[in-house]
Amino acid sequence: MDALTASIPLLVFVVVGTIAVASSILVVAMRNPVNSALFLLLTFLCVAVLFVMEGAEFVGAVQVLVYAGGIMVLFLFVVMLINVRALPDDRILSPYWTGGAVVGAAVFVLLVALVRPGVYHEQNDNPLALRSTTVNARHRVVQPDGTTVRKRYTRQQVVGNSEAIGMALYRDYLVPFEVASLFLLVAMVGAILIGKRELGIDDEDVDPQYIVDRVAEEKEMKEAMSA
Amino acid sequence: MTWADTLLLLPELIAATGASILLIVPVLGGRARGHMAKWAMLALMAVTALAVIGSTYAVAGVQQTPTFRAMFAVDAFSVFFKLLFVVVIALVTLLSEDFLSEERYSTWEYYSLLAFALCGMMFMASGVSLITIYIGLELLALSSYILAGYYKNHEESTEAAMKYFILGTVSSAILLYGISLIYGVCGSMRLSTIAAALSTMLSNDALMFGIMLLAAGLCFKIAAVPFHVWTPDVYVGAPTPISAFLSTGSKAAAFAVFARVFYVAFPAFHLDWSNVLAAIAALSMIVGNLAAITQTNVKRMLAYSSISHAGYSLLGIIAMNEMGLRGILIYTMVYVFANLGIWATILMLRRHAYAGESVEDFRGLHKRAPFAAFSMVVFLLSLGGIPPTAGFIGKYFLFAAAVQAGFGWLAIVAVVMSAVSMFYYLRLVVAMYLEEGSGAETIYSPSLRFVTALSLTVTLVVGFIPELPIRQVIESSSHLVGRVVQR
Amino acid sequence: MPSTSDFLMLSATLFTVGLIGVILRRNMITVLMCIELMLNAVNINLVTFSHMLGSLEGQIFTIFVITVAAGEAAVGLAIIIQLYRLKSSINVDDARNLNG
Repeated sequence: MDALTASIPLLVFVVVGTIAVASSILVVAMRNPVNSALFLLLTFLCVAVLFVMEGAEFVGAVQVLVYAGGIMVLFLFVVMLINVRALPDDRILSPYWTGGAVVGAAVFVLLVALVRPGVYHEQNDNPLALRSTTVNARHRVVQPDGTTVRKRYTRQQVVGNSEAIGMALYRDYLVPFEVASLFLLVAMVGAILIGKRELGIDDEDVDPQYIVDRVAEEKEMKEAMSA
Repeated sequence: MTWADTLLLLPELIAATGASILLIVPVLGGRARGHMAKWAMLALMAVTALAVIGSTYAVAGVQQTPTFRAMFAVDAFSVFFKLLFVVVIALVTLLSEDFLSEERYSTWEYYSLLAFALCGMMFMASGVSLITIYIGLELLALSSYILAGYYKNHEESTEAAMKYFILGTVSSAILLYGISLIYGVCGSMRLSTIAAALSTMLSNDALMFGIMLLAAGLCFKIAAVPFHVWTPDVYVGAPTPISAFLSTGSKAAAFAVFARVFYVAFPAFHLDWSNVLAAIAALSMIVGNLAAITQTNVKRMLAYSSISHAGYSLLGIIAMNEMGLRGILIYTMVYVFANLGIWATILMLRRHAYAGESVEDFRGLHKRAPFAAFSMVVFLLSLGGIPPTAGFIGKYFLFAAAVQAGFGWLAIVAVVMSAVSMFYYLRLVVAMYLEEGSGAETIYSPSLRFVTALSLTVTLVVGFIPELPIRQVIESSSHLVGRVVQR
Repeated sequence: MPSTSDFLMLSATLFTVGLIGVILRRNMITVLMCIELMLNAVNINLVTFSHMLGSLEGQIFTIFVITVAAGEAAVGLAIIIQLYRLKSSINVDDARNLNG
């Protein structure tokens, strides 16, 4: 029974990993981008499971919310917006696809040869490391003369993974976090700037500012006429 | 994070706040006053520059919290680059004026994106953790993608943005893979911790692979062969002031990162990675210069020339000695100003129906715009590395550093290729002075004149009295060099 | 429990599949999806190392990578839409005005 319980994580890994790899291959192989997008969603969900297995519950949740929830919806919206069925699908692959396949195989061999036998940093043996954070605390110290003084010190406290990440993000990694907020602002501005439909000459009648100007102009003309 | 830490972030905070204000202005009714945007942007740059200088004086007295110090450094090295970035953005602002007045694109958002790009560059220069560096790099890259596609109704511009975007994101994925391997081997993303971990290591294939992938990602940003394919297309397709920005500011920022990461984190493995980078540098110089010879489009020629200059600057990183680091700083500065001057001349010719892109447009320029033609010659000589100009000083440092470090063959390649580069630089000079022809019309606005004059001044001053800038550079680089010597 | 190198191999596979997709596919939306695959592979690496090292840094970095991926997807899709409006095509090969 124990051996069976111990082998469950491995079993989960094998199943989820196989699904992830298979669906990622299907992302590349599918002709219709809608299908690709759905297989991509499946890959993302599998990766989220792997994150949870690795003790990264919060990142797993973010993966589901942001990737599967946000990015995928964006992709599907665009796929729908661009009428893919109207596109010619005779040229799915690039003319250099044999070259690409060779490059891909070479990269894979390289990765397997270099990454797998790699000597990495020694293993951490504290199972609670990913869910603990440092907190400021005070403790009483009794001085030789009998008075007590409160001294500050930091100690490790076991909390949840999300709380530990939150503490790290807003304390140790505040600078990059702020830059990330700028990044998102730029992304929003850029998507609007590039994606919005530019008013052409023909569309000038629907430009709100144009209409406002026009109304004001006509009003002036009427006043001038009546005067 | 305390208030004292915030003080050190002041330049970035000002740039970010200013950029956000530039975004809000059109909503508050500033849309009609598009011409004000330039002045607002220049004022912002002036304040940022003051803040950068001011923050250097604050450093000594401020007690930083360790976690802040682990992410962000205000040192002479970063200040040097930040000032350079601010000047570049200010000059690009001046270059953009005509381009923005011609087309009906919004000016405020354009400048705002430039200011955000500046933020990213400043974080890149100051980042001492791979996290800060990466996110700064992405901020710069994203702003650049958008700016490259700013002429959104032109197919060329949008295609350039697409190409830049796809190759840029793939390269940053590769860079990330490298970072993840380095993290796995060293256990940290702080550059100093990585250096400490490396110094106790003998050799490690996974780590070497990580360093190579990181270098590949950065080589994309500086446009070194074989990661250069995007450069000519993007420079031609993007709006010209943005091409000027990509070939100067964004490259300078990538070099700041390259220098800091390799000088601080990876000196222990110098023997292993220097040969690979040497091959990349040699290829960049050879491919860049040889390809530039055959170009008839000046923007394309400049793109290939910038590829070759990435190769020269890499010498400073390969050399891994004091001379090399100083060389990178000096050469980046010299290259930036010479290039901005040339782009200003191209923009001057550009006005009517996209002239100014072929070499023929430069024919007989010295009669129509003698000052522009003269300064163009100085800039070209500077890029070629001919003695009385600044380019010579920069190349002297880089080549000497390579020889010192035992890369004599690379220095010889660099010298030969500099000679080859004079061939195509002189072709423009010949067109301007010796050939007759109608050429393109010139409209030399005060802004362009100012950019040319400033670039010319810097190029000549550094060329004739190099002691002054060199002293500054030695101070700026001593901080990082100190670590190299420690090893 | 699967070992660190198992996770690394899975990530390497996903990374390669993504890279092959970027090289092979001509549809820009699919290319963008393949880039997301590559970023996901990196995230697996980072989380795996974070678990191995017992340091949160890798997870924090993963959050930043996800943020960046979201922003890039937004801008990339906007560029694709604009290109489609101009050329009625999202095939990489049709972007041939700039023959490099």
